[in-house]
Amino acid sequence: MSVRDDFTARIPGGDAGLIVLVLLATYLAYVLAGLVLGYTLRGQLNSIATLTFYIGVFAMLSLALNLHWGYTGLFNIGIVGFMAVGVYVTAIVTKPTYVAGGAAQVGGLGLPLWVGILAGMLAAALLGLVVALPALRLRADYLAIVTIAMSEIVRFSFLSGELQQFQLFGNRVGFGGGSGLILDFAPPLEALLRGVGLWNGYLGFVDAFQVLVPRNPKPVVDGLVYGLLLLGFVAAFYWLLKRTGESPFGRVLKAIREDEDVANALGKNTDRFKIKSFMLGCALMGLAGILWLVPQGAVTPNFFRPRVTFFVWIALIIGGAGSNTGSVLGGAVFAAVLYQGPRYFQNLVSAVFPNLDSPSGFGQAISPLISQFDPVPFLLYTVDSIRQLQLVVMGLVLIWLMHNRPEGMLGYRKETASVIPLSRPKSMAADGGSDDSVRTDGGVDSPAQGGETDE
Amino acid sequence: MSDAADQPVEDVANKVDEGALGAFASGVETSVDYPLQVEGLEKSFGGITAVDGASFEVEAGSLTGLIGPNGAGKSTTFNLITGMLKPDAGTVTFNGEDITGEEPHEIANRGMVRTFQIARELSEMTVLENMMLAPKHQRGETLWRSVMPGVRDDVREQEEELLERVWEVLDFFDIAHIAEEYAGNLSGGQRKLLEMARALLTDPDMLLLDEPFAGVNPTLEKKLLEHVHELREQGYTFLLVEHDMDLIMNNCEHVIVLHQGSVLTEGTPDEIRSNEEVIEAYLGGNV
Ligand SMILES: Nc1ncnc2c1ncn2[C@@H]1O[C@H](COP(=O)(O)OP(=O)(O)OP(=O)(O)O)[C@@H](O)[C@H]1O
Ligand SMILES: [Mg+2]
Repeated sequence: MSVRDDFTARIPGGDAGLIVLVLLATYLAYVLAGLVLGYTLRGQLNSIATLTFYIGVFAMLSLALNLHWGYTGLFNIGIVGFMAVGVYVTAIVTKPTYVAGGAAQVGGLGLPLWVGILAGMLAAALLGLVVALPALRLRADYLAIVTIAMSEIVRFSFLSGELQQFQLFGNRVGFGGGSGLILDFAPPLEALLRGVGLWNGYLGFVDAFQVLVPRNPKPVVDGLVYGLLLLGFVAAFYWLLKRTGESPFGRVLKAIREDEDVANALGKNTDRFKIKSFMLGCALMGLAGILWLVPQGAVTPNFFRPRVTFFVWIALIIGGAGSNTGSVLGGAVFAAVLYQGPRYFQNLVSAVFPNLDSPSGFGQAISPLISQFDPVPFLLYTVDSIRQLQLVVMGLVLIWLMHNRPEGMLGYRKETASVIPLSRPKSMAADGGSDDSVRTDGGVDSPAQGGETDE
Repeated sequence: MSDAADQPVEDVANKVDEGALGAFASGVETSVDYPLQVEGLEKSFGGITAVDGASFEVEAGSLTGLIGPNGAGKSTTFNLITGMLKPDAGTVTFNGEDITGEEPHEIANRGMVRTFQIARELSEMTVLENMMLAPKHQRGETLWRSVMPGVRDDVREQEEELLERVWEVLDFFDIAHIAEEYAGNLSGGQRKLLEMARALLTDPDMLLLDEPFAGVNPTLEKKLLEHVHELREQGYTFLLVEHDMDLIMNNCEHVIVLHQGSVLTEGTPDEIRSNEEVIEAYLGGNV
């Protein structure tokens, strides 16, 4: 473990430095790919904005899942259900009230977006409570079954015709059924900037941006600034969860993960701790869902298929469950390599070999390989269908990780669950034994001591 | 005594001032002579009746032995007393209050803490984290207090107090040199030490030790026993499960013999030693 510890310790700025470094490397790779593809500046900026967006949402989701799984050992495989509830409740609270003949089939309560976001997070947390109350008292795998079932029930409820529209506080609202909801209100960025009175300033900035992007720079700037906003949210999640983990509260969560009976026998009301941890994580998943989908302008239930949950799990496993820094890195690497990467790779291949004609069917792709040992058509076909193969690739990566690096990029590192460093206080003299003299100078972890335990 | 459960942790931490040993003195001055009373306890698993009407009392400030052949129901009795299992029948009274069917954490907060027959250290937590977990009613166990700027300074302050106490206990148990080790890397004996030290940090009145010396080398065992005696003199009450007859006879003032889930007999070590039934139970029980 010491070798890897050294590797992260050598990076200036510690964990933050490591995250920044990985992000910079990722952006560099994308910019280089953009150059090969001959992107315009606008194209480059757009691709950076999209990348940042996905890094942001997956890092947030992976951090929230780390609270559940990495810290508390709660096996939540219904993440997408909590996102869905967050988004739909936000939509219903925030959409303008229904007017007959308008574009939207149903209206909302017409409240400000921040009210909607809080309501969405609260709803996700309450759904977490409802799911957790019966399941948490049972064995760990029951929670898994209950959460995935819940996420599908949520999706089918939003799809159902019955709930397509209904009355709420005298307003015609609804989930819109299979065609979904139009989110006909100001997106988060605009709402935020208007809220703090910077909207006009922002519009001025957008105009100034015409120097770089002459035609209609607003979408480009919007994307970039929203990406930055998301990274800000990632930082806030990180801060919150780091403090949660490095505290007596986090210590109990860790103990529950290790052996719940022990924590209980030591006087900790473990059900309570589990429920709090679960609800907090669910609220954060709801928020991540809101920040992901509300700017899209519309939402349909079928976005919330279990595969999104699967994505978040891969992100967490790549980064390493148990480490907040690892969660952020996992989210970033997942977004850049597995989520956005295949599309880029495909574009790169067709840019480098523009004249290649890929076969249109599997038969045409495979027959030259069998009859003439010519793999080229098959490879081309593979590249051409890489987006469909994305899930297969992710599955392979997952299997590889499980075999070769189950602890993820940073999972080997255990963040100490306490507010203060636990080395012997300076005020105390060591009198416990001869070995203790080593520790009086505030000595930290020394691996050499491992040998003494094997006696 | 029951208000000891509600004792704010600040007071617990303040005991640090009384020095390492003073930290353990929980002042078991109680009018109740028998803090633990077990009455007609029953528990069966499917067809097996593990505990079958066990009744006994444990005297305050005593080191009481609970012995019996393998499968006599000793560990199950511990589980029933501490709330890990719910009894089919019978009552458990602690400090004069009926605690039957309470949750383990409620019972622990009343001041009765147990250790496990197979040591259950929290392996991916360091010895220090294991120890810091134990003290009751920590301010920072409330989520918002741990997170909110400003309020977190109170939590930090208490952590500093607790940390000093933890290091004192580590010194007392001679495990300070492995303080930063992951508990999963400890030897069997060290795990037993850690469990006992951790249980003590909850500041209990009574400790239930399930074979704390099993797999512990004789030197370590002697040291542990010395600790137990020291603590007993400070007013702790112990109920000890142990298979080593000599150990029980030489250290306990009172011995309870469990056989097939009920109390066969009880008395002083001398009485037990000369009891025909006990000898028979043990010979019949393949010991
Ligand atoms: N959870 C359980 N499920 C089924 N049977 C159990 C369970 N726990 C204990 N038993 C049974 O109850 C009986 C008493 O077991 P217990 O562990 O209490 O004995 P013990 O006196 O502690 O024995 P030992 O000295 O070997 O530790 C045994 O027959 C055991 O098989
Ligand atoms: Mg036993």
